[in-house]
Amino acid sequence: MPQILVEGLAKTYRVAERERGAWGAVKGLVRRRWRSIEALKGVTFALERGELVGLIGPNGAGKSTTIKILSGILSPDGGRCEVDGLTPWRDRMRHVARIGVVFGQRTQLWWDLPVIEGFDLLAAIYRVPPARYRATREEMVARMRLERLLDQPMRQLSLGQRMRCEIAAAMLHEPALLFLDEPTIGLDAPSKLAVRSFVATLNRDRGVTVILTTHDMHDIEALARRVIVIGNGEILADGPFEALRAGVLAERRLHVDFARDAPRIAIAGVAERARDGRSLELAFDPSLIAAADLIAMIAADHAVDDIHVVEPAIEEVIARFYQLHGAEEA
Amino acid sequence: MIEGFGPYLAAFAARFQVMLQYRAAAFAGFVTQCWWGAIKITIYAAFFADAVRWRSPMTLSQAITYTWLAQAFFILTPWAGDPEVAAKVRTGAVGYDRLRPLDAYGWWYTNSAAWMTARAVPRAALMFGLTAVIFPLVGLRAWSWRPPADAEACALFAISVLLAVLLSSSVVMLINLCVASTLTDRGVNNLLPPLVIVLSGNLLPLPLFPDWARTALFLQPFAGVVDIPVRIYFGGLAGPLAWTGLGLQLFWTVILIAAGRFWMGSVMGRLQVQGG
Repeated sequence: MPQILVEGLAKTYRVAERERGAWGAVKGLVRRRWRSIEALKGVTFALERGELVGLIGPNGAGKSTTIKILSGILSPDGGRCEVDGLTPWRDRMRHVARIGVVFGQRTQLWWDLPVIEGFDLLAAIYRVPPARYRATREEMVARMRLERLLDQPMRQLSLGQRMRCEIAAAMLHEPALLFLDEPTIGLDAPSKLAVRSFVATLNRDRGVTVILTTHDMHDIEALARRVIVIGNGEILADGPFEALRAGVLAERRLHVDFARDAPRIAIAGVAERARDGRSLELAFDPSLIAAADLIAMIAADHAVDDIHVVEPAIEEVIARFYQLHGAEEA
Repeated sequence: MIEGFGPYLAAFAARFQVMLQYRAAAFAGFVTQCWWGAIKITIYAAFFADAVRWRSPMTLSQAITYTWLAQAFFILTPWAGDPEVAAKVRTGAVGYDRLRPLDAYGWWYTNSAAWMTARAVPRAALMFGLTAVIFPLVGLRAWSWRPPADAEACALFAISVLLAVLLSSSVVMLINLCVASTLTDRGVNNLLPPLVIVLSGNLLPLPLFPDWARTALFLQPFAGVVDIPVRIYFGGLAGPLAWTGLGLQLFWTVILIAAGRFWMGSVMGRLQVQGG
């Protein structure tokens, strides 16, 4: 039985429509017109315990709405959703006690309280037994290297330090399911790496199920074995990232550094993508010519310094994918 | 049962501690309240001196004590919503509140109660120090905050202040909910102060209003915030009347909490968590 079961989830927002200008505002006072926005139109997927899934999609695709429904903040207009046998918005109290949530653009720790007191307060809120709390806290502090931050108020910390504290805070009640909504947004490279390795460890060692939304494709590449792509409120793809890549960008690329100026290469199924002095980037279709054969053919005819196969950048794959499905931000 | 309140007590303590840090605000508030208090008691003095044939329901020294007490606990008068709730609603951080395994009303209620009491404690202490301790020492006894009528009045006053805090917090919750459903704190925070300051007795002690209005003023909910505890203190409400006052405070607290809980359910159902 999957840990999370989502079937035909639908959500429509009603927004007040206002005509432009002062007269429009006055008219709006008398008669308000409403417009419906379908944020989700039947989202269906299932997740097994211990999975680490990346939920991606352009802005406004319905990622956050999905997370908010799954975490019990919002109730949908239609569809079914069960997390560990509970319906999030109906059994809110019992459900939220078992999940951890981090919104990358908000803070759950208290701005004016030292980090450690924020932790204490969360432990009290979730009624974590003291001994259990101390053990978990020590583990989280060690893993996230928070020792020196604990006595500082949140407002004095940098964004990266804050996010490390936030993720530790979300784990204090040892949830079996963790939602991370853009956890690396705005972070510098070392902080991003710290967050990624921490999330990977939680998933591997503690078996925590993780649902991650992000716009940083390196997060996905580093963490997610499975990717769900949402666009226009629907699921566009669900599977390993490799399958997505293969479906969108069949071509592979070969980068060659020659000993002399790069020559022209005329082989069937191979196209030149870029040339710069002695180096050349070729695109080839692996179904027409295997990488090993291509390398052998080039090396046989020319003096080559270096040669390696290049994967298309993950950003490119995703952008291409959104384009194919007409899912670019409206 | 006590264990069930653990999270709420912890939240109360944390917010209380944070609010106590604002020393400059407490001192500024204290100075303002001294200023208004001084103006009021000089007006009463002139008024009582001239009105020789008027049978006043309270003496001048009672009116002065009433004024200092009302000024000391001014911050407990519920004339504005909790700014933290307003900020949460505006930024969408209210989503995190929905993620806590807590009763939503109880969570906001304890936070708002802590917000009010933490600000009231230093102001009341300063006011007591100045008008009840220093004034008599420097020969201003006639203008000072007098001791309570007797031991019983003092004990009942303590209970009444506690009830005033609970009552006031339940009113603040209604303001919070108004803020949450309109998504702004501007409207309700502008509308309420004149009403609440008059009806609580802060502007003018309720017993000094005309006879025909007094019963209605005693029965309305805001009397329980200032007027009832203060009159219990100086003996203006004693014996059965004091118990009636306490009963009224409790009655309104229960009614307003019930109304707030009911409203909270519908507001939370409708609240669309913004952003993200």
